[in-house]
Amino acid sequence: MSVAIETEARRPQRHAGARRRSASFAIPLLLAVLAATAVVALTVGAAGIPLSRLPAALGFAGTTTADAMTARDQLVLWSIRIPRIAATAMVGGLLAAAGAIMQGLFRNPLADPALVGVSSGGALAAASAIVFTDSRFGETLRFLQTELLPLAAFAGSLATTAILYGISSRSGRTSIAIFLLAGVAITAITNAGIGLLVFIADDRQLRDITFWMLGSMSGATWTKAAVLAPILVIGLGACAFIARGLDLLVLGEADAFHGGVDVERLKRISIVMVSAMTGVAVSISGVIGFVGIVVPHLLRLVIGPAHRLLLPASVLLGAILMVGADTLARTIVAPAEMPIGILTAAVGAPVFLGILLRQRGLTSL
Amino acid sequence: MSAVIEARRLSKRAGRARLLDGVGLTVAAGEMVAIIGPNGAGKSTLLRLLSGDLRPSGGEVRLKQRDINSFTPRELAARRAMLSQHINVTFPFSVEEIVLMGVGDRSPREAGALVDAALDEVGLAHFRERQLPTLSGGEQQRAHFARVLVQLACGEAEHGPGLLLLDEPTSSLDLRHQIDLVEAARRRAAGGTAVIAILHDLNLAIRFADRLVVLNGGKLAADGPRTEVVTHETIRDIFEIDAVVHQADGVPYVLPQSMRAAARSNAS
Repeated sequence: MSVAIETEARRPQRHAGARRRSASFAIPLLLAVLAATAVVALTVGAAGIPLSRLPAALGFAGTTTADAMTARDQLVLWSIRIPRIAATAMVGGLLAAAGAIMQGLFRNPLADPALVGVSSGGALAAASAIVFTDSRFGETLRFLQTELLPLAAFAGSLATTAILYGISSRSGRTSIAIFLLAGVAITAITNAGIGLLVFIADDRQLRDITFWMLGSMSGATWTKAAVLAPILVIGLGACAFIARGLDLLVLGEADAFHGGVDVERLKRISIVMVSAMTGVAVSISGVIGFVGIVVPHLLRLVIGPAHRLLLPASVLLGAILMVGADTLARTIVAPAEMPIGILTAAVGAPVFLGILLRQRGLTSL
Repeated sequence: MSAVIEARRLSKRAGRARLLDGVGLTVAAGEMVAIIGPNGAGKSTLLRLLSGDLRPSGGEVRLKQRDINSFTPRELAARRAMLSQHINVTFPFSVEEIVLMGVGDRSPREAGALVDAALDEVGLAHFRERQLPTLSGGEQQRAHFARVLVQLACGEAEHGPGLLLLDEPTSSLDLRHQIDLVEAARRRAAGGTAVIAILHDLNLAIRFADRLVVLNGGKLAADGPRTEVVTHETIRDIFEIDAVVHQADGVPYVLPQSMRAAARSNAS
């Protein structure tokens, strides 16, 4: 079973020297692309704002012109589009970084919070919180619903990650097959729980719950962006702290310990971070799959697997992909909106299958 | 010479099974010790206890006169380095990146010379930018040995002679690289490092170490100079085979019976 862990590196590859050269400008390049994507996302949508009107709408130029068009543009931008883009970028960053940390923790490039039930664990807890606070028993807590949702989603994600780790890791080794199968089982259990909630929910709750299962950024507001920001900042700080430990963990738990890593602490921090990042993202956006797999995988091919660079680069590329996908989601069937989870799965699942195909013959799954 | 590592009445149980039972072992700075014994004798368990990775069920391990479990993992890594067998690297790290993992908190620039020297020593300087999982098993093993040597050197620069533990370090190496590895370990011992290795090849163990520790059934069966430990009787009792023990230049070598029979029939 342990052979299964040999993965994406068994083929002729570019030398690490070329990789290091591309690594040095990865962050500035990704930042530039993110800025460009954001500008495109600002201009397109149900109410188009051409590039020429953008500076005025953002308040950079022609400050005194109070014509109706500028006023409408400003309203669209500042109360709808900018908070949405900010929240979308942060959700993408959190999901991609959570995926990269989880893959490092499980020493497995196929790990993804959405794929193995961590996201649905969070979604189940969030959906339970909705139904509970709407019920007779929980109505005293209803005024706290906005604050409770991210907390509940975090707790749900934490519980599923911890269970998953407990099941698939034994005496310092994680089995990829047991890990994926346990993920399938946990997803089934959480989906059964969500199904039960769907069964007892009323119409309004049902809409909310469906939203959680398909994923959408349409509910993004400044308040929600404000919930995401501190988690992202803390997450980025913690990434710098755990990067070397995650690198050494690739040797296995015993050898990471021999190399000076406090493995138990590293695992605890990583599990809490994956859960917090996934849980908070899920509580804002619902379950969005494959961002966490595709982004770190692509980056490892270009900048290498060292986590010091991989984790911040994942945040940026995750943000780029999500903002791009969300822009598509709200324009291709305008004035309606496609759930973004459908788009990311349509792109991400083939990439996932591609990784599997390349591994075929090398693994004993 | 002072004791670098000292194990007293060391026991380890897993469920009802006694993996190790009352083993005592003291290794001084500059000493080379080979642990030999049949499969299931408790060799790897002993090494993991000496590395601080496992906690004993009974007895204690003292590293440099201090309880080994009182060190933080980082402090421990600066005083002992260990090479495991079968390390499976998942992600496409380059050989150089793997060796740099031994550096700890030093900046890669500061450690550059150490990394260069270690890669030269294991004969992988020309592979430094190759991705580790694309190398053969033996080459990967040598890359990990280089990483462990760098870790040892970094620790010894600050804390003096350390402990080097090797768990079947030659298992996937060809003959030349087996000898190279033994020589590299000997150079460390000459510099004051205490070296302990598990070895299956008796003749390599004899060549490797002046002192042999024999484990059998979780107990210490013998501990002494190679000339005293390697006898026809010990080998028969421990490994349950007949073997002829010859001496060459005062160093014993072992010819298992079946192999000798084959050699004789070839000659005739």
